[in-house]
Amino acid sequence: MKYLKLPKEKMDFFTFILHKFGEVHAPLKRGDGQFAFGKVPTWSEVALDYNRTILPPKKYFLRPVDTMFRFSQERGYEPIIEDGERRIILFGVHSCDIYSLKILDLVFAGKYVDNYYFTRRRQVGIIGIDCTPDEHCFCHSMRADSVSDGFDLFLSDLGDSYLALVGTSLGDDLVLAAGPLFQEVTRSDILEYKRRSNERRKAFKLEVELRDFAGIMEMEYGSSTWQELGEKCLSCGSCSMVCPTCYCYDVFDELNLDLLSGQRKRMWDSCLRREHALVAGGENFREHRSDRVKFRYYHKQRGFVAEYGRPSCVGCGRCIVACPAQIDIVKVIEKIRGEESGNYPVEHGAVR
Amino acid sequence: MSMALYAKEKNPYQPHLARIVRIHPMVKDNYLFQFRFLEEELAKGFTHRPGQFVMLSVLGTGEAPISISSSPTRPGIIELCVRRVGRVTDALYRLQHNDLVGIRGPYGNGFPVEEMEGNHLLIVAGGLGMAPLRSLLWYALDHRSRFQDIILMYGAKSPAEMLFREELVSLTNRHDLSCLLTVDRDDTGTWKQHVGLLPSLFDHATIDAAHTYAAVCGPPVVFKYVLEKLLERGFSKDRILMSLERRMKCGVGKCGHCSVGYKYTCIHGPIYTYWDAINMPEII
Repeated sequence: MKYLKLPKEKMDFFTFILHKFGEVHAPLKRGDGQFAFGKVPTWSEVALDYNRTILPPKKYFLRPVDTMFRFSQERGYEPIIEDGERRIILFGVHSCDIYSLKILDLVFAGKYVDNYYFTRRRQVGIIGIDCTPDEHCFCHSMRADSVSDGFDLFLSDLGDSYLALVGTSLGDDLVLAAGPLFQEVTRSDILEYKRRSNERRKAFKLEVELRDFAGIMEMEYGSSTWQELGEKCLSCGSCSMVCPTCYCYDVFDELNLDLLSGQRKRMWDSCLRREHALVAGGENFREHRSDRVKFRYYHKQRGFVAEYGRPSCVGCGRCIVACPAQIDIVKVIEKIRGEESGNYPVEHGAVR
Repeated sequence: MSMALYAKEKNPYQPHLARIVRIHPMVKDNYLFQFRFLEEELAKGFTHRPGQFVMLSVLGTGEAPISISSSPTRPGIIELCVRRVGRVTDALYRLQHNDLVGIRGPYGNGFPVEEMEGNHLLIVAGGLGMAPLRSLLWYALDHRSRFQDIILMYGAKSPAEMLFREELVSLTNRHDLSCLLTVDRDDTGTWKQHVGLLPSLFDHATIDAAHTYAAVCGPPVVFKYVLEKLLERGFSKDRILMSLERRMKCGVGKCGHCSVGYKYTCIHGPIYTYWDAINMPEII
């Protein structure tokens, strides 16, 4: 893999060059210590030292609401898929979020390829950036703390400069377009990279053990912990909205005023919502909140593993931060594993 | 922003227009609709496995998964037994002969017919459970030589609530099929078949469990009692096949709604063996 060095003082030049490749989007401050990916107005507003964005990058590929078809009596269902003209360069994506896109890729590929998703995937270039874990990051346990692919370019902080790993031919084009901005990497840069990498590994405060968790979940299917969680959970679905690997969606038709034509749309959905498993006639396979909370964990940590070989969780910590009832996935897993240190879930209130 | 219309076959969500050829009011709020695709190529080329389903769109109301009641041995027309129970199906009931709907599919695994062939076949349906099983029944009857004995057990509350009643009653005359029909109560006085609960039909059948595949569909109570009977008769758990239903939005393993345990009903189902079912919580 090709790797180069980009001095930090050249960063605004580089982003200027990036504009030739597409609209540059990056993490921006959104009041009250929060961050969101958005179109960059000026480089000074970009917050590359962010911890996590409110919504993950999935919003670019599986949009919160998306039009799939327009329909009419005469013309039937006409698909609406944006073509490849518009490009976005998504700058400053953390490893866990890059990993999450690789997980979503698995879901939207397969026998039935979802071109709504993949057309957008092809339209967005990804420039990753390294990060320092905070108290809610457990990506190390989910093996999403570093990625070796899934990005066009990946930047790692070396102090005065970034080490840039070139992941794809687009990434190489970005580097070539920047010409002399990028420099050769020296031996001391490599040593610094390794030093920081080792240090970062020690910075993880939160660990969960998931290797045999699928089996334990089976055995604890009847655990009273699910009841306790059901009583706390508000079924608001915030955890699903902010989850970089939650992909459930609802499909609905919207009629135009003529009542003869309209659009078929899809919208993010959550398995925490009461309607999620409701079938025609009123039968609900997950009637109680505890059933639905349990299902979410079961699907991510057990079901997804059976289907795709790994859990659909990258340890980004967004659900922990977003939950209005202070439900903490790490504590839930510890509790199910019988490792919890205190009385779940009261103590977590103090952590926030 | 420019829009591109993708080739239809590339899009797994693409509904294809189909015309309502005939509406047959079988049972109150359970009509049989016959459809034919507008595109002749599709109308001729569409085939499926018994037990599979389609996604049915009624313009402006959305989509619903409906199991296919017709047999692939009789192509050209797709028959769907649709229960009037939600927004989409309610809108379908307001349509008439010649009106257009959207259909895409077929989806799901369907019955493993190749594996079942060469064996006896026992079909057990309760109530509306006949809808998906009729496809299998006619598949087997149209390929009669591929199966040994065929037994159908079907129970409904009353004759008026029996799906495909006339067709099935006429099948009782066939000598190459043991067609056992029962109703919980006969309110007509003219019912000449059995009266009693579905499991009681097991008293009228000789079953060689070791060489039989059982296909079961019905409301939860049917599964409970029928499974008991089948196990009593010595069926192995992977020779009991069950057709299940779930909420679905995509039909192609993406939207997440039909997920049960670690399986998607739209991909791994809707046909599960009893062994699968035991290993999946909340399945029935």
